[in-house]
Amino acid sequence: MAKKVARPNKKPPEAESRPPTPAEIAALATCERYGNKADELLEILHDLQHQLGYIPEETLPVIGRALNRSRAEVHGVVTFYHDFKRHPIGKHVVKICRAESCQAVGTDELCRHAEQSLNTRLGGTTGDGSITIEQVFCLGNCALSPAVMVDEKLYGMVDPKRFDEIVAGLNKEAAE
Amino acid sequence: MIKVFVPRDAAALSVGADEVAAAIANEAKKQNKDVQIVRNGSRGMLYLEPLVEVETAKGRVAYGPVSAKDVAELFKAGFLEGKSHKLGHGLTEEIPYFKSQERLTFARCGITDPLSIDDYRKHGGFDGLSKALKMKPIDIVTEVTTSGLRGRGGAGFPTGIKWKTVHDLPAGEKYVACNADEGDSGTYADRMLMEGDPFCLIEGMTIAAVAGGATKGYIYIRSEYPHSVKVLREAIEIARKANWLGENIQGSQYSFDLFVRTGAGAYICGEETSMLESLEGKRGVIRYKPPIPAIEGLFGKPTIINNVMSFAAVPIILAKGGEFYRDFGVGRSRGTLAFQLAGNIKRGGLVEKAFGVTTRQLIEEWGGGTRTGRPVRAVQVGGPLGAYLPTSKLDVPMDYEEFAKVDAMVGHGGVVVFDDTVDMAKQARFAMEFCAIESCGKCTPCRIGSVRGVEVIDKIIGDIDRDKNVELLEDLCVTMTDGSLCAMGGLTPMPVMSSLRGFPEDFGKPAPNKFLADAAE
Repeated sequence: MAKKVARPNKKPPEAESRPPTPAEIAALATCERYGNKADELLEILHDLQHQLGYIPEETLPVIGRALNRSRAEVHGVVTFYHDFKRHPIGKHVVKICRAESCQAVGTDELCRHAEQSLNTRLGGTTGDGSITIEQVFCLGNCALSPAVMVDEKLYGMVDPKRFDEIVAGLNKEAAE
Repeated sequence: MIKVFVPRDAAALSVGADEVAAAIANEAKKQNKDVQIVRNGSRGMLYLEPLVEVETAKGRVAYGPVSAKDVAELFKAGFLEGKSHKLGHGLTEEIPYFKSQERLTFARCGITDPLSIDDYRKHGGFDGLSKALKMKPIDIVTEVTTSGLRGRGGAGFPTGIKWKTVHDLPAGEKYVACNADEGDSGTYADRMLMEGDPFCLIEGMTIAAVAGGATKGYIYIRSEYPHSVKVLREAIEIARKANWLGENIQGSQYSFDLFVRTGAGAYICGEETSMLESLEGKRGVIRYKPPIPAIEGLFGKPTIINNVMSFAAVPIILAKGGEFYRDFGVGRSRGTLAFQLAGNIKRGGLVEKAFGVTTRQLIEEWGGGTRTGRPVRAVQVGGPLGAYLPTSKLDVPMDYEEFAKVDAMVGHGGVVVFDDTVDMAKQARFAMEFCAIESCGKCTPCRIGSVRGVEVIDKIIGDIDRDKNVELLEDLCVTMTDGSLCAMGGLTPMPVMSSLRGFPEDFGKPAPNKFLADAAE
């Protein structure tokens, strides 16, 4: 394995002159909670995204410094994985499985229905910022396809009618 | 007190198991009945989920699929005494779907409380590890080699050989890593085991650690499986407290600790070297091989990497002997495989059977045909990189070598059924699209070949120079197969070519050309 060369990962001059933003403070605290260990980067990013809703650009150098990685390396990880968002997304994330098993029982129709009823494309967010719909490849519920996951709750046998019920549930929850 | 079982498996939850459990608790309270609700794993009959079981003197009686609104009626019908009801199926163990299986790896799944170590022990849990702790590491390796166990992730590499490589290297920092990045569409066996019998995986990995001389292990679980992550983290904590993990396990000289890591939505991280990169907190870009991970794996150290199903098969191999396991199966495919019926299927679920069963048997005898009731047209076996089989190939026995002979693969045992409304050109296009989305980008045939593949298939569908483009697609597939660094680009041509060869009419080619006709023979 190539020897790791310690590289200077200095704070940019503008960062010296301003107080850290709340996101930067959160990033630093999160890294510390994981012992500032570079191999925990994915867990750190999951955790941070859970707190902030996405991974703000300004946190990348902070994380890099804490883990002794370059900003480019952290950027590389954030952009490689589908889970990490670089911009704010909807309050709820509705993931619709588009893989083969769900295709066999009509996920294409379900995706079209979702796009039309929520008036946004897969990967987009509704106008009121409440729901982001995403495509995903396999939720491991293939005997009960089509599958949908809302935040961390899994649904099986989702046809357009059931999809509407799920969305109505989210909207109702938001109204309360 | 009456014991009622309501699964906590994610698939059961996806159709309302939590609501059913709450309704039963509520109704029992109302009627002043002493009911204990156990949240077990799934029995694998997912078409019956939520499958509620009631413990009676004769055995466990099954009811399903139960919804919360059925609960009051079930109480009225006397389901707590196991009485009949239109949702009733009699004794769970006597349901043909279940009875006809050969449950080795999934012997406990759905029967026990997944987080009860006492339950686990009562059903033969830790027998394998207890034996292993008293054996010489090399004898453990020999036992696994004798069993004929091959990598259940899909590649089918002999597990014993992998373990021996790590065992034979000088002592020092070594790792055990479990690949639980079950990204293949149509597969959910890993998930079911992790949620239904997590100690089995922990036991299998600990045996591997003892055999290979490792002291630290990681389970890499995909982020799409939040329930599995939660259950395993809890199970590890419980195992630590009971000294089945940690320092000097059960008073032996062996120490081993285990950690769960979550993926972040990248299919490629199911490739072992990409998974290692991800475990190190990097982009999931694959590594060149050699060096193989058994020699230079996690953090550059020797690492035993296996799939969940491979590790989970080990406890019973140690407990009952390699020969016991080897006596199941056919040819060089020994033991059992957890087949997962998915897609357009009437009775979807997990069927653990010895190798040698045919796809047709699985679909007809267990699956009961398609959910839509239309005829089966194509079946994809082995995940998104597996071949689409036309009905003429459904009688090939499930066996690594027999499947390879017909340009197909058993893979992780996923069986995705399509009825006659499927458009195979669309499926072929999707295979390329999926590869383009999920490619790690390291090698050109995969990164660019997949994008070009989508374009070429679009031209074929659109009847632009069809013959020329079919030839081009075949050529591209050869390049991707031979030139890609890993199985992602290397196997993407499998669904594409099997669609083209098995279903040429969907590509606007009623009469296959000479090359295709030759290949078909």
